[in-house]
Amino acid sequence: MTTRTQTPVEREELISGSEAIARACALADIDVVTAYPIRPYDTVMQFVSKLIADGELKCEFIIAESEHSQFEIVKHASAVGARTFVGSSGVGWFYAMEAIAVTAGLRLPVVAMVGNRALDDPGAFGCEHNDALAVRDLGWLLTWVSSGQEALDTALIAWRVAEDPRVFLPCAISADGAFLTHAQQMVRVPDKGLVERFLPPYRRGEFQLHPDNPITIAPQVNEDWLMEMRKQSDAAMRRARGVIVEACDAFERVFGRKLTPFVEEYMTEDADTILVGMGTLAMPIKVAVRRLRAQGQKVGFLRLKWFRPFPVEDVQRVLSRAKAVGVIDRDYSFGSPFHSGVLSHEVRSALYDAAARPPMVSFVAGLGGREVTQPLATEMFTIAGQVARSGRSDNETYWIGVRGKQS
Amino acid sequence: MTTYAVEVVYRGVFQKTLSRNICRGIVLAAHKEGKVGTAFGRYGDSPERNGVPAKYFAVVADDRIELEESLAKYEPKEVDVTICADDTLCRGLESWGWYGLQAINALTKENGTLIVTSKQTPESLLEDIHRTDTPYNLAILSGPASFSGLWVYKDDHTDVRILGALAKVLPGLVGLESYCQAIEEQWKSGAKVVSARRSYEQLHVRPVEPGEGSSAPRFSFEKPGWEEMKEALVVQGVAKGAGFRGGDGGFQAGRSEVFKKFSTRTMRPVINFEICTKCTLCWLQCPDTCFDVTPDGLYDVNTEACCGCGVCEDVCPVPDCITMVGEEHFKDNFSQYDWYQRDKEGYRQWLKGITAAQSAQKRSHGLHHWGQYQEELAAAGRGDNDDN
Ligand code: SF4
Ligand code: SF4
Repeated sequence: MTTRTQTPVEREELISGSEAIARACALADIDVVTAYPIRPYDTVMQFVSKLIADGELKCEFIIAESEHSQFEIVKHASAVGARTFVGSSGVGWFYAMEAIAVTAGLRLPVVAMVGNRALDDPGAFGCEHNDALAVRDLGWLLTWVSSGQEALDTALIAWRVAEDPRVFLPCAISADGAFLTHAQQMVRVPDKGLVERFLPPYRRGEFQLHPDNPITIAPQVNEDWLMEMRKQSDAAMRRARGVIVEACDAFERVFGRKLTPFVEEYMTEDADTILVGMGTLAMPIKVAVRRLRAQGQKVGFLRLKWFRPFPVEDVQRVLSRAKAVGVIDRDYSFGSPFHSGVLSHEVRSALYDAAARPPMVSFVAGLGGREVTQPLATEMFTIAGQVARSGRSDNETYWIGVRGKQS
Repeated sequence: MTTYAVEVVYRGVFQKTLSRNICRGIVLAAHKEGKVGTAFGRYGDSPERNGVPAKYFAVVADDRIELEESLAKYEPKEVDVTICADDTLCRGLESWGWYGLQAINALTKENGTLIVTSKQTPESLLEDIHRTDTPYNLAILSGPASFSGLWVYKDDHTDVRILGALAKVLPGLVGLESYCQAIEEQWKSGAKVVSARRSYEQLHVRPVEPGEGSSAPRFSFEKPGWEEMKEALVVQGVAKGAGFRGGDGGFQAGRSEVFKKFSTRTMRPVINFEICTKCTLCWLQCPDTCFDVTPDGLYDVNTEACCGCGVCEDVCPVPDCITMVGEEHFKDNFSQYDWYQRDKEGYRQWLKGITAAQSAQKRSHGLHHWGQYQEELAAAGRGDNDDN
């Protein structure tokens, strides 16, 4: 039982998901932000610069000459103790990959937003998750948000978790291009005073690069030291799990709103067939769940909020009671087992040792930002329903909404 | 339980803030009535290019569940009201994310409304607007198209005048008083509230019967399955071209049969063939290769291909040889050279009249610095913004 220490102070604003994250930058009072234009991420930068121009945020706004420099700058800023924000999309994120990889290795708690975008060429701006997923093995915390409100809330949590000395890992907030980044809805923006109570200042302590604290970071290590260093990152990522839970508890105490830390369960308690996915496709799937429930079908949806650390206990707990599980990937992993997307492999791996292992089927949907419509959502439930009846996994990966034959 | 969708069809960059203000105004006003809504620009339209037709949407429902039921973030399938913020878009629009030339009323529901800001009569607009199988209403908000620059907004109250008009044609969405409250809160301007009320009272609505309107064909096409597409979506280009009008003389570049670009245009070049020195600069510099070389070495603009950028006017070394003229003066994409060949005297007279009319009016867009609009108002002897 938590007690509210104060009535929440907040106001409502009509803003997009990108603008909600920019708002969070102002609330968190970031010190350094770097910009380089790429759609859809650029909409965050536009609003951050407006907040600076309006006097609502005071920080260094550095326009880099490429994404690579953009991420290098915040990496160094974070090392000297500045609270940072950065981000990109699609191939811009990939262009910065060298800097992105070492940010995690150096344990610098940079917070970044990935405005999910297809890796073009051929030219495409629409949403795919492969850009963000590219950091899944590197020591980045990785979360997916599904509404403007969640984007703002999660950004505040991201700084708190990343900058916690038990963690000191960078955090990427993935936001679906267009569906989240560009849609404006009413978002509750908390008072800055409340945020200060939730988010302590960033203190690097003995790791801060400063003339008064002469240290060297990023020395040459090779085979003598690197393995132990990687193990430290592994331990930090394991600790992050508990820190996220703590942050969600604190969030409720301060802001008076309850957040479930790792997953959102939607009508899963008694569900026979459960679909699993991340990001904004939750909305059409939940609509389909409501419609199918109205017809008496026991269906449900599980949305993963965090991909790293992967919520293996929640996934096992929720899914092992189902008769069939369908995993929706807004990404691809060509040549992988069963030719499915990345999330599907992770869920399959999490379920392998579950007490009761439900049969599975994989879907690839919504690539290039294609809309996941009601008929497509229903089609996935129908296929997963067949798996539930047969009781056997279907190792085919279904491309939902693709024009042409299945295989 | 009712969900409403409204679209604003607008000119990229020149009307971006205008369309955003309208759709945000709708959602904020709906919020006053306890409804929930969302406003978003069609993602495929950004990054916007000058004048390229684009869309902004507002969707409003009684509650969140209902809003989710109806949401499509790329483009709603149908809308209660289509708002056309520049009447030259009534001929149809070809977006940056290409869907072929689409009718302005393609998404307007049966018995829905098309609101157009225009100085034309309904009859004249209906010559441009594609005919439909179902009845709808045409509402005209009297006034010129409002164009701003990339960084500068021309606050001539078109945004709130359209909100006032919406209260009239779709009172179920949001009532006038809620719009006025939202306007007051957003802009803190009593004058803007007055403008909204005035347009509510003055709006002219005309029912349109099925079959009324232009018979220009509606564009449609089939998208192939993945097995039928060329690997990696290699696209066949157009052949390089041949003689003028298929003959031996001159030269006409090959052009796409389906991608035209003219709906981007708010102005078009008009050419005085009699003072042209055949210097080739327009032909060389036109970014879209729009000039056809005639057998006698003149340069005819292909107005189906021209996007109206004005480069040719800038580079032509002969004063008044190429003049950019507002698109509202034209009804179709005729060839100026063909006309000149047929009737030289008639062409001369027309050219004189149309270039004089153009020089009498200001260029339709291109605010370049802060305060320019206020300067223009002051120069016209008007201090306030209450522009009708
Ligand atoms: S305005 Fe002139 S330069 Fe520009 S596209 Fe048209 S013909 Fe070409
Ligand atoms: S630039 Fe002017 S003078 Fe030169 S060819 Fe074109 S129309 Fe004639």
